[in-house]
Order: sequence, then C-alpha cells, then structure tokens
Amino acid sequence: MAPGPDLLLQMYAGMLRVRLFEERVRELFANGRLPGFLHTSIGQEACAVGACAALRADDYVLSTHRGHGHLIAKGGALRGLMAELYGKANGVCHGKGGSMHLADASVNYLGANGVLAAGCVLAPGVGLSIKRRGSAQVVVTFFGDGAANRGPFHEGVNLAAVWTLPVVFFCENNRWASSTASSLSAAGGSIAARAAGYGIPGETVDGNDVLAVWEATTRAVLRARRGEGPSLIEARTIRWVGHFEGDAQAYRTKAEVEEGRRTDPLARLGRLLEARQLLDAAHAGRIRAGVVAEIDDAVAHAETSPLPAPQDALADLFASYPWSR
Amino acid sequence: MGDALNLALREEMRRDPRVYCIGEDIVLGLPFGVTKGLVDEFGPERVLNAPISEAAIVGSAMGAAVTGLVPVVDMHFADFVTCAMDEVVNQIAKSRYMFGGQLDCPLTLRMPYGIGRSGGGHHSNSVEAWFVNTPGLKVCIPSTPADARGLLKTAIRDPDPVLVFEHRGLYRVTGEVPEAETPVPLGAADVKRPGRDVTVIATARMVHASLEAARRLAEEGVEVEVVDPRSLVPLDREALALSVRRTHRAVIAEEGPMRASVGAWLAWVIMEDCFDDLDAPIVRVAAPDVPIPFSPPLEGFVTPDADDVVAAVRQTLK
Ligand SMILES: Cc1ncc(C[n+]2csc(CCOP(=O)(O)OP(=O)(O)O)c2C)c(N)n1
Repeated sequence: MAPGPDLLLQMYAGMLRVRLFEERVRELFANGRLPGFLHTSIGQEACAVGACAALRADDYVLSTHRGHGHLIAKGGALRGLMAELYGKANGVCHGKGGSMHLADASVNYLGANGVLAAGCVLAPGVGLSIKRRGSAQVVVTFFGDGAANRGPFHEGVNLAAVWTLPVVFFCENNRWASSTASSLSAAGGSIAARAAGYGIPGETVDGNDVLAVWEATTRAVLRARRGEGPSLIEARTIRWVGHFEGDAQAYRTKAEVEEGRRTDPLARLGRLLEARQLLDAAHAGRIRAGVVAEIDDAVAHAETSPLPAPQDALADLFASYPWSR
Repeated sequence: MGDALNLALREEMRRDPRVYCIGEDIVLGLPFGVTKGLVDEFGPERVLNAPISEAAIVGSAMGAAVTGLVPVVDMHFADFVTCAMDEVVNQIAKSRYMFGGQLDCPLTLRMPYGIGRSGGGHHSNSVEAWFVNTPGLKVCIPSTPADARGLLKTAIRDPDPVLVFEHRGLYRVTGEVPEAETPVPLGAADVKRPGRDVTVIATARMVHASLEAARRLAEEGVEVEVVDPRSLVPLDREALALSVRRTHRAVIAEEGPMRASVGAWLAWVIMEDCFDDLDAPIVRVAAPDVPIPFSPPLEGFVTPDADDVVAAVRQTLK
C-alpha cells in the first residue's frame, strides 16, 4: 500500500497549505487582526494531512482547539475559515465560533472543540449513525496526548470497541499539554498501548512522516469500512511554536524546536518527491505560489467582509422560536 | 487581583502545611498567573501539575480533603468544571450531609470565569448559578483585590467546600490590600459606594460596571448605592435589605444569562424581605440567554455593561 504520485503531490500541497495558513494567521494575530486565543499546528501538518488524505469526502472529522489544519486538510474553504478567525459575518460560523469553536458541516468537519477529548465521545455516535445507514463512512476524531488522560477518551474508545463502530481515534502526541510534559502526565509511556485494553488495534507512527501517517490511517479506515470497528493511532510529532500565541515556552528547550525543524514533515516529503523526480524547484515554486495566492485571497476576503450586526448574537439558538423572549 | 490571590495562597500555605494547590499547568502559573512562583517557595509536592483529568483532579481533592489535607483546586477555566460535575455536585457537595456530618471537606475550588477578549463558547461562561443551586456548596465572588485575598483565605480555612469565582477580566484590576492578614468572612456584603436613590446589587465585574454607572448617574443627581454581596452562599440578606429599605428601589446586575440565575434568586430575596419597601419593580441586568459568541460585536452585544446598569436604574426611577 503506497500512495501514487498524484496523492503524494496532493499531500505536499496540503501540508504547505496548512503551514502557510498557520504562519499567516500567527502574523495576523501578532498584528492585532484576529481576536481571541490562537493555537496553531505548525510542525504537525503531516498528522492532519496524512490522516485526512486517507478519507473520502463524505467521511467525518472531529477536531480540537488546534484544529485549523484538520479543517484545511478535510477540504474546508480557506475563505470561510479565515473570515471566521476574523469574526466576520460570512465566517463559516457567522462569527459565533472563532478559532477554537468552529465547524464546517459542508465538508463533514463536525467541529473544533474548546473542551479537550470532547470529540472522543461524540465520535461513537457518529459511528452509530454511519452503521445504521450502512454508508461505509468513517469518522476520525483528533485529540492531543494531554486529552488522552481524560475520561471521555477511555469511554469513547470502549464504546466504539464494544459496539464495533467505524471510528479512528487519532492522537497527535506533540509531547506537551500546554506546559505539562506528556512523560509526567500520561502513565505507561504510550497512548497507542491503551488500545490493547479495549481489544482494538493501537499503532504508534512517526507523525512527521506523512506517508507513515497516511498508511496507518488507511489501514484503520479500511478496517472501519469493513465493519471491523475502531482503531487507535498515536502519531508522535513536535509543535514548533507556543501552545498558544503568546506562550513564552519556559517549560521546554530550544533544542526541541530545532529537532522539530530538523524533522520538518514538509521538507521531508519535498525531498522524497525530488528523489522520485516528481518535484523540482520550479514545480515547487508554482505550488507555493498557488497556495500563497489562495491564502492572500482568503485574507483579502476576510479583511473586506463585514462584521456581524450585534443583535445577530441572538440568532441561531434554536431551529425555531415559539416564544418572543 | 491576581497578585492578591497569589498572596492569599502564599499566606495560607505558610500558615498550614496541609494546604496544597492542584490544577493544570499551575507550576508555571498558567493560565492567569495566580499560582506563579508558588512552586519556588513550597516545592512540587504542594504545587501539583495534574494530567488533564478534571474528574480526577477534583475527585482526588475531595479524597484528600476528607482525609486530612486542604486542597485548593485551580479549575483553569470555570467552563471545564463541567468535566468534574459529578465530583462537585454529587460527591463534594453531599459529603457532609449525606454521611450525617461525619466528614469535613475543607476544599477550595478556584473558578476563573467570565466573558472577555473573544474567549468563545467554551471559554466565557458564568456558571455560578449552577452551584448556588447545589445545596452543600459555599460560593463567593470577589470584585476587588482586597476582597479576593480575604475571601480566598476564608475559603481555604473553611471546613466545608467553597467555590471562589474569579472573573478573569479582573485579574489585572488594582486596589489597596491591607497590610495585615484580614480574612473576609463569608456572608458579609460590602457597600462599594453609598447612595440614597437606588440600590444596585452587583457581583464581580458588574460591581465595576455599576460603579461606573453610579459616577455617570451622579452627574444627573441620581445617587446610586452599589452593594456587593461578595458571597452568595451564605448570603448577607440583612445588608441587601438594609440598603433597599433606604433607597426603595433595586437593580440586580450580573454577567451570567438571565434565566434562573443568581439575579433571579436575589430578586426573590429582595421581594420577600422588602416587598413593602419597594417603590418600583426590581430591574435586572444580565446577559441574554445565548452562549457567548466569539466575534467582538456579538460578544459586546451579550456582555452586560455600565450602559445597561444606567438604563436599569433609570427604569426604576420612571
Ligand atoms: C477539558 C479541558 N481541560 C483543560 C483545557 C485547557 N487546555 C486547553 S489546551 C490544553 C493542553 C492540551 O494538550 P493536548 O491535548 O496534548 O493538545 P495540544 O495542545 O498539545 O495540541 C489545556 C490544558 C481544555 N480546553 N479543556
């Protein structure tokens, strides 16, 4: 099982799209253009892109507070996402959600989440509805190493396992939960090993190797589509930047960030593509220019879009309002 | 106010070796700086960075509290107390009563909460009403650095579970803190500004909004009295009634949503204690009954502010 040239190039462009998008929003945030809190996934692109490349368009994704990459990789439009980060009226959630609390139902991205591991218990329900429909879809729920220490992770895995539901539990282990080291907070030294307790496959992959991520996810997805139940994947990766924008990162050494840059998933795939003569400098330049143009467009669109009217705060609470106040 | 809370933690940890702090990322003082530097003075045995396991953080705190320790739990954002709701509501709140008074549960839950800076739906909620509605919990909600320090000290010394709601928009608010260690008792309201025309009962950030409203209304010759209950359970009904009996008019201002809220309950308290003294219906200021939206104009729309208090005061004077 190996991805063909088209998919490799698609994953390269996908990772570049996430990387450059995240770099741009950091810049915009630093310039005061974006309200709220911001968590970016720079360094972790291979997880989002490798996993989502193994999915069909009608598969579902549940995401986290660090969710821009998951949405972009799932095929979400940059315009709607960027406008939402700006809090604009035509953002994908009309400004109600923002970075940490947004969803894009048009691509079956069922939500970033401000509450860690929340997706782990939503996922079995998505799996249940898939199973009832017999649609052979799959749901991937992303979560961090920190979130794997919450009860909902265990409850969700157990339920999906005992009911044989088409769920892929995808843990991005970036070594840190905010300022707390995974090694000091997760017993047993391995998230993937927890799968054994629930009798499902658990696999650790190099989360900076997009091919390895794609392969592991493809295995898990095929198993789920065959009706054989859930899997757990732990992708080991490195976040290059602060937990949130403004994080002084007093808890870790510069060496770790340097290690991240040395194992850059994007450069790694670039080298592989060059070695296979699928990519040269000119081609790479064209891909980059295309992505930059897309992001420029999303920023320009967001900048010129209107803010929501204040009283729109009252809209969308229920499908209909049988009372006046 | 953040520094005052830090001071209270230091003072109580020095005073009583049983006191320890537990929460997520508290060693470095995240997320709001309140626990900053504690580890240097008290060491990692008394300043515990826990895994992201709210149920275990809060549940273990109860286990420790009923067996001789005095935990101070940092809830990180009060929103995440939902992840430990059973522990707070079924275990901690009922520990003394259900077991016939055998167990002390000296536990403090620090609850950073509130609207502000586009926190969004999972990072902005005012959830104090849930716990006021839970018998067995004491609930306080300071608005100034001195009150914050004094109430947190009292909370830590209390043999029962106490929730301290710390509005995250007030951490940077400055104010005098007394030289001496002065615990603020639970159940003692404080008049933050005297006035004869209208009583505004307000909590936390709304105290500041109400003081601002009072300054503006004073220019029109309306003298507003701002009363801060400071603790909700127990509640200083006397002080609230005393004020309303003098002014004959009451506004109740809070940041949480309107329906079935702390303000709704306080309105009933005033009605019961002061019905014959009221010259006008009580007017309430609260957020509309929607989750807190992200975008600044939306967030601004749902955030109760000084303008709302001014309008409410005017309405009681109509
Ligand atoms: C239930 C819950 N507890 C605490 C938080 C605050 N919080 C947000 S992100 C974070 C660290 C998350 O670490 P991890 O799950 O490893 O994901 P990462 O940030 O590394 O992507 C914390 C503690 C939260 N959002 N939800």
